Amino acid sequence: MAHFDENAKPFSHKWLNERLAIDTLQRVLSTEYWIPKNINFLWAMGMVLAATFGLLLISGIFLLMYYQPNVNTAFDSVNYTIMSEVGYGWLWRHIHGVGASVVFLIIYIHMFTGIYYGSYKRGRELIWLSGMLLFITFSAEAFSGYMLPWGQMSYWAGMVITNLFSGGSLHADGLVEWIRGDYVPGQAFLNRFFMLHVLLMPLIIIGLIVLHFGTLRIPHVNNQDGEDFDFEEAARLYKEGKIKESKVIPFKPVFLSKDVFVMGIYFIFFFYLVFYHFEFAMDPVNFDPANPLKTPTHIYPEWYFLWSYEILRPFPTDPGLVAFGFAQVIFLLLPFLDRSPNVAPASKRGLFKYWFWALLVDMIVLTFMGKLPPEGAWSVIGLIAALFFFALWIALPIITSKEKKL
Amino acid sequence: MANNTKGRRDFIGMALGGFTALGGIGALYAAKRTWDPLPSVKAAGFTTLDLSNVPEGVLITEKWRGKPIFILRQTKDMMSKVSKKDMKRLIKIGDDHFMVAVGLCTHLGCIPGYRPETQDFLCACHGGMYNSTADVTKAPPPRGLDIPPFKIDGKKLVLGEQGPEYKKMLEDGTTLPV
Repeated sequence: MAHFDENAKPFSHKWLNERLAIDTLQRVLSTEYWIPKNINFLWAMGMVLAATFGLLLISGIFLLMYYQPNVNTAFDSVNYTIMSEVGYGWLWRHIHGVGASVVFLIIYIHMFTGIYYGSYKRGRELIWLSGMLLFITFSAEAFSGYMLPWGQMSYWAGMVITNLFSGGSLHADGLVEWIRGDYVPGQAFLNRFFMLHVLLMPLIIIGLIVLHFGTLRIPHVNNQDGEDFDFEEAARLYKEGKIKESKVIPFKPVFLSKDVFVMGIYFIFFFYLVFYHFEFAMDPVNFDPANPLKTPTHIYPEWYFLWSYEILRPFPTDPGLVAFGFAQVIFLLLPFLDRSPNVAPASKRGLFKYWFWALLVDMIVLTFMGKLPPEGAWSVIGLIAALFFFALWIALPIITSKEKKL
Repeated sequence: MANNTKGRRDFIGMALGGFTALGGIGALYAAKRTWDPLPSVKAAGFTTLDLSNVPEGVLITEKWRGKPIFILRQTKDMMSKVSKKDMKRLIKIGDDHFMVAVGLCTHLGCIPGYRPETQDFLCACHGGMYNSTADVTKAPPPRGLDIPPFKIDGKKLVLGEQGPEYKKMLEDGTTLPV
């Protein structure tokens, strides 16, 4: 058996160390977890996301105390009880609503940072894949949460999205009814999406966050030049006190202090939205209670789903579903479609530079078109942008295999 | 591990694995059944519609199994424009022709809006269009609005029951089963 000092005071540092190895844990997880020096503020987005998830969790816990998952009372429990009766109930709701929207903005920044700097390449594929799984589970979390206020947008988004599972001409109505537990979204539907939103999806998300951190450990965080250097050598220099010569800094306290600075700026922006501009995350249509006999004149998803919605919309049902399916999974395949061995910022990678900016602009165009009614010129621009999206992904393996080795 | 215990350990491993798999499959089946619609939901029965006082050219919306049902008694003007194929979609009661359909777009299930001035339906979600017999005229919807199972009973219509006229529609592909 290990040695336990009988004179150590209970819960003293020594006592804990003998039982939990807290010094080793601290060293491995933070003070000797090495981060490259050559990074910029975009490398703080991971911790910004973790903090935003924390805010969503805390505000969600308070909302859960008064929310009622019942088709007759859900709408009032949110819009009346929480908003005007519960002390500071509005604060939790606005944090939760704004957080759900902003978390996607940061996810997109985080993703495109990874694409720009090639942080998904050899050795880092699992970072990318676990990150994309997080994107998918966050999407499911956002969708299931959107059902809960049981307003018009909740109901009709639920109707449209669950109908996707009928698979177009496959006409799999049985599957759709199974998912809903009814012919149309109703009590069974609201209750099971409530369960998904408050328990199952958050559990999966927390598990995936742990995995995502784990995948970073061995390949290490990428840097601004995609430089591959000896972390052990750099760490040795740092520990010897040659901080200037070393290419790394420890996670705690050095990197964390940069992170906290970026988070500080971010939270000013975040709470400005929570207190003064929360309405952008609160669609007015969803302040009408759900009505199964009336579709709102325009239905559209939240801004973060608009690009993939616009890929579905311009095509007839079956090709539309195939296109939509393609858009949902194609980002997962990025590490395998990029055939170039270069780990470098897009600006140094020839044609890939144009590919990156074209993809970003195309997704912004798709986002705008998704919000506009599907008529006239908007339909045409949407269709072209959707086709261009496919062209880009088909072109990716070709242009990257022709890329010169740096 | 000694060689002479390998066979026994393999056996125990396989037996454990087998029973675990069996329990797992059982649990999955139970989970699937838990997500099934409840019998009370499934039994949500039949709706009888009285069509004797339905005005011409005015869209009436009823409810069946939680879904909106469109009823549109065709005007003379509409009847003159109906193609031979679309005639099959209409339900004839006495001398009147009725369009009766589930008012959910066959694309993704929004409720199309009726436009009296053009006598057609426009789905605001993705721009699909239907004529006065609820047959599709503009994609993305893959087909006209589905017709619910019905049985003609004098001037009344029983939704949920399959009469001979409905069975004929199913056979010649005028509608898909709902």
